[in-house]
Amino acid sequence: MRNYEVTIIVDPVLSGDEVKSTVEAYIDLIKQHDCEIVHKGEMGLRQLAYSIKKKHSGFYFCIEFRGESPALIDKMELSLKRDERILRFLTVSLDKFGVKFNEDRRNGLIGKAKKVKDEAPKEAPVAVKEAPKVIIPDLPEELLLEEE
Amino acid sequence: MASRDDIKFLSNPKIGQKRDKYCRFKKFGIKYIDYKDSDFLLQFINEQGKLLPRRITGNSLKYQRKVATAVKRARHLAILPFVADGLK
Repeated sequence: MRNYEVTIIVDPVLSGDEVKSTVEAYIDLIKQHDCEIVHKGEMGLRQLAYSIKKKHSGFYFCIEFRGESPALIDKMELSLKRDERILRFLTVSLDKFGVKFNEDRRNGLIGKAKKVKDEAPKEAPVAVKEAPKVIIPDLPEELLLEEE
Repeated sequence: MASRDDIKFLSNPKIGQKRDKYCRFKKFGIKYIDYKDSDFLLQFINEQGKLLPRRITGNSLKYQRKVATAVKRARHLAILPFVADGLK
């Protein structure tokens, strides 16, 4: 069993329904290959750091799935590549830490790390020993982007 | 006249001392670096969008490699720029 995560940037010119149906098509493809969708995250419309295909923004989607089907990845990437509605995509296989991280984030453990530390130090036992001198090493609040 | 004891405190004795560097990932038990989180990754790149060296960030080699991968992934997804000017 392997865990994967595919992030897709969809063309912002499309209407809301079209964007949804584009993503649903890939979710169906994943399901057809006996893979289990763990999470379907929507990061919403975001400004791109540089223009892609003359576009300056895009809808970000992040699908996390689990399965044992190497053929799926090839097939999915090929169709993503051919799809004109997709600006960019990235498939990543997650290690156990990645899986845990995503799970924690969904449960709101990460991203509110500061609060967690104050209320329940057992969650993050390494936390409050001394004020860090250099740069704040906390996980920032922005981690929850995709839930919106 | 200032006595010997006063003179001792005229300058900050901590000036010139080295600040201890540490790997924040080891210290705070962070095991996974998310490539979708631009704000976090901004701490590891300079104004031009280049990766900062370990001697500045203090990361251990293991996590510096992970940071580098995450930044590169973020660049591919247009979350971080490849080239920039005045990023911070």
